Amino acid sequence: MKFTLDWLKDHLDTTADAETISTALTAIGLEVESVEDQGKALRAFVVAHVVSAEPHPNSDHLKVCKVDAGTGTLIDVVCGAPNAVTNMKSVFAFPGTYIPGKDFTLKEGVAIRGQVSNGMLCSAAELELSNDHDGIIVLPDDAPIGVPYVDYAELNGVVFDISITPNRGDATGIYGVARDLAAYGLGTLSPVDGYMAPVASVGASPIAPLPQQFAPGEPKAIRKFAGRYIKGVKNGPSPEWLQRRLRAVGLRPINALADITNFVSLGWGRPLHAYDADKVAGTMVLRNARPGEKLDGLDNREHELDATMCVIADDQGPLCLGGILGGERSSCTDGTVNMFMECASWDPDEIARTGRKTGIVSDARYRLERSVDPALTEPALELATRLVIELCGGEPMEPAISGDDVFPNTIVEFPTSEVRRLTGLDLPEARIIELLTRLGFVAEGAGTTLQVKVPSWRPDVTQKADLVEEVMRMEGLDKVPVDPLPRLSGVAPRMLTTMQNRRRVAKRVLAARGLDEAVTWSFISEAEAKRFGGGAPELKLANAIAADLSDMRPSLLPGLLAAVRRNENRGFADLAIFEVGQVFLSDKPEGQHTYATAIRAGAAPKSWQGSAPLSVFDAKADLAAVFDALGHDIGKLQLVAESPAWAHPGRGGRVQLGPTNIIGWFGELHPAWAAELDLTGPVVAFELDLDAIPEPRKKPTKGKPALKLSDLMPVDRDFAFLVDRAVTADKLLRAARNADKALISGVEIFDLFEGKGVPEGQKSVAIRVTLQPTDKTLTDEDIEKVSTAIVGAVAKATGGTLRS
Amino acid sequence: MSLQDDIARLRTELTGAIAAATDEAGLDAVRVAALGKKGSVSALLATLGSMAPEDRKTAGPAINGLKNEISAAIDARGADLRGAALDARLAAERLDVTLPVKAAPTTEGRIHPISQVWDEITAIFSDMGFKIAEGPDIETDWYNFTALNFPEGHPAREMHDTFFLQPGPDGTKKVLRTHTSPVQIRSMLRANEKPAAGYLTGAVEPPIRIIAPGRTYRHDSDQTHTPMFHQVEGLVIDKESHIGQLRWVLEEFLKAFFEVPGVTLRFRPSFFPFTEPSMEVDVQCDRSGAEVKIGEGSDWLEILGCGMVHPNVLRNCGLDPDVYQGFAWGMGIDRLAMLKYGMNDLRAFFDADKRWLDHYGFKAFDMPTLFGGLSS
Repeated sequence: MKFTLDWLKDHLDTTADAETISTALTAIGLEVESVEDQGKALRAFVVAHVVSAEPHPNSDHLKVCKVDAGTGTLIDVVCGAPNAVTNMKSVFAFPGTYIPGKDFTLKEGVAIRGQVSNGMLCSAAELELSNDHDGIIVLPDDAPIGVPYVDYAELNGVVFDISITPNRGDATGIYGVARDLAAYGLGTLSPVDGYMAPVASVGASPIAPLPQQFAPGEPKAIRKFAGRYIKGVKNGPSPEWLQRRLRAVGLRPINALADITNFVSLGWGRPLHAYDADKVAGTMVLRNARPGEKLDGLDNREHELDATMCVIADDQGPLCLGGILGGERSSCTDGTVNMFMECASWDPDEIARTGRKTGIVSDARYRLERSVDPALTEPALELATRLVIELCGGEPMEPAISGDDVFPNTIVEFPTSEVRRLTGLDLPEARIIELLTRLGFVAEGAGTTLQVKVPSWRPDVTQKADLVEEVMRMEGLDKVPVDPLPRLSGVAPRMLTTMQNRRRVAKRVLAARGLDEAVTWSFISEAEAKRFGGGAPELKLANAIAADLSDMRPSLLPGLLAAVRRNENRGFADLAIFEVGQVFLSDKPEGQHTYATAIRAGAAPKSWQGSAPLSVFDAKADLAAVFDALGHDIGKLQLVAESPAWAHPGRGGRVQLGPTNIIGWFGELHPAWAAELDLTGPVVAFELDLDAIPEPRKKPTKGKPALKLSDLMPVDRDFAFLVDRAVTADKLLRAARNADKALISGVEIFDLFEGKGVPEGQKSVAIRVTLQPTDKTLTDEDIEKVSTAIVGAVAKATGGTLRS
Repeated sequence: MSLQDDIARLRTELTGAIAAATDEAGLDAVRVAALGKKGSVSALLATLGSMAPEDRKTAGPAINGLKNEISAAIDARGADLRGAALDARLAAERLDVTLPVKAAPTTEGRIHPISQVWDEITAIFSDMGFKIAEGPDIETDWYNFTALNFPEGHPAREMHDTFFLQPGPDGTKKVLRTHTSPVQIRSMLRANEKPAAGYLTGAVEPPIRIIAPGRTYRHDSDQTHTPMFHQVEGLVIDKESHIGQLRWVLEEFLKAFFEVPGVTLRFRPSFFPFTEPSMEVDVQCDRSGAEVKIGEGSDWLEILGCGMVHPNVLRNCGLDPDVYQGFAWGMGIDRLAMLKYGMNDLRAFFDADKRWLDHYGFKAFDMPTLFGGLSS
């Protein structure tokens, strides 16, 4: 909310300067977003006379102007504003001037479509005085040429912009801000009694109190509706002081009646609405909108209404969307003669709901959904009446009032020890009472517990903790002594769960293997989600930010592949990236799993030392490394040579712990999908479900079994088998290893060969078997015996024969 | 011919042959010809046996002298030849050691700054005795809003730009959590409803001291807002923790995190539905240069929100606010990373641009610990 220092001083008698006030506002929770000295920022802009405005020879919409800015020479300026005409007064910026609304500095002697332009005629938006882009500022004919515009328009004030939290409806008017500052000790609050006192009526209201037509159980936003008919007004531009006030805070003056409503809304936080009473057809009522009803709003848009929205309507339909937006049909114009002023109280929740539903952002909604002071409904109407009569003349009729305000009249049982309990700060009871009293709370009672009555403008205060906050705000949070949090134990206990630690380890292992960690969106496109078995309705966003970010991901691969694609577009086709992150297998908490997923794409780095091309075994090695680093025995992993759906059917596998517990997949990306993504090089990947790996049984640290070392030398023996191509290495190795479990300590494949010398359809697999004797040195006979057993076992399992 | 002559002749002959040997094989042939079983010097030695004792007295030392002399000369020559051969081999074996080696994988892989900062935060709070709690990204409206004291229809809900999932069979819409605060609820409920059952973390016994880092979502996108980002929540619940201790925890954390001797914090009253009193915290910093320097300067930078856990939140979790109390705070992990390491575009965090990851990422073994330093 914007307000000027001058305006604040209407309500606060203070000698504090802008900086002191700014610091205080922030300290009491009315955060200052900016403090601007308009006089300084806009001093370079001057009043100028547009001596002539001729059509631009090379453009339909531009004009070539001769401008007198008081320098003694006429300046050539090209102007695009439709309202630039000969012999007008406007605001001019010389070259070199910074234009705040455009965020640029004007250049000297630019040519616009062949015509020289030495400066700029400005709109209010360009000066950041309002959102008015509709044309250049039009000044009265008597505006003095060459004088700084800020001096002429008296825009030399300090403008504060504060942000108001949703609980502080009371601070949405400058009066409320002043009240808080006064309580903080920055001056004295000026009383409202004088200008809010009742204004005598001249007769009965031609508009009857508005009947509130709501069926039981219907949403009902209206609480109290106070209206006043004022007869015989003369509308038109409001006086300069009022226009200036509004302009300074970014509002466009409209006409006196409209300006009065804005003035009261900003000044006291009580939104009003002015109706042209002669445009009301029949009886004004309060009711919910009927199906199909629409409102032609003052925001120049048509709004569809529904039965949950309260409207002020006449015989022809809605005049106004209650508490949110006025309608065009009954709006006041310069020709308005009889007017009806509304000041109403509304249910903040209903206003918020309707506001959200319609998406209308208005000053009235902003205030009313935060709640306004119910004690001001009629006083604010009196104030508005007084202002109308002062500025537009006319005769007020009796107020027309229906419904009741809601006063919570909260009384909080407040043990003053709460302040110390929640903040750690020791404040004497007298001080606590003083601070609360200054804010308008009434503290009664003796002893350690007070009965604190909450003022009408603070419906947000309902319990003890709220009062502690009020005391803290006023005392100052910097007064709270810093106090160490005591340790709960000597050495901190373990912080991470097994799962959290798995994620940490998996990331570090993959980075150590040369992969970069990526973090990609949790949502992917529907097509990608479906490819991975996702796309269930409950995992679909109702309001996705983009069409390709619509579904919660069932896999990390689509995000990583998209990243590969982006990198390839930038010229980096060779990539190794991973992500350790959440996937969503259902919308339940237990459906959220953490996967470690990695992709290697493109060519392996070329080296003079030689390099192997990327293959599925790189992905398998990555998977194995993570599994091993998580403290699990790689030998326990079962490998099933069945590709996941995303992989080449002949180049992928699944890893399991036991017959049913699938923990991961690896493979080479299916060529059809690679082609779809237009990826040139080979792409290999693995996925490991960290949640599927069982937790180790909970045991305190246990010792490792004693290490048994043999004094006897191990012996190696090599065998080459000819087996059918389809025989898996796993099967062959398992057979060899199991030929003599006691003696054989290791089996390695050291050569694989197909081609010359090997029959068609077969392959040669060479293995090295390590024999580790434990009690005696092996004799040739012993070795012969085990070799026969190995050959026999392999033959039995695979049909393989020893290669001669 | 006298023995003397024989010795002199053999010496000349053998010395010449030794000098002429060009490799170890040639030298060995000389050795065999002289000192071998049938060698010339050995033959001469053999004549000693048949000599008269008188003659042997003079001939013995002379012949043995020759043998020793030739043997020494052969050894010397052998050493020379081996030296020369080694020199030749060394010269031949010279390699261009400036050739680049295959890069070790550890020089290539990088940890994302979010993970790094996550680990840094974990290290610091671990020392203060906190545990990590987690909750799901897909939340119910109750955990994300209602339990946290967001009244139905309250404008504060709207400030959250919530992502909704498609309504389920019962018509209720789940949400993507807009903050990590639902984990407060999950942790407290779990502490209260023993034994624990649920997601990821085990039972939290009071007193509760947890941090809850995680992914959060808001329907928002520009240079400093992305629809997905990361937050870390902190929660302390016991029977006495107050704002003074909250100040201490945050000051100590920020000092440790930014690795500066001191930070100055400004606590401003603010509003969050789930805390009362509520505060926003600004950290003093210097923004005059290209990068923000924490712990110096005269600017203020908003860094987190915090407060005493709202009595309604405690009630919603079955805790009596007259018995239990505590504080909570929340801050952006991505934002902390940007401040500490000088990135300025949040969107780049989620783009996986290799150049960005290589530049801003961390090495695998650059593991943040308190004993080794948060950043190396």
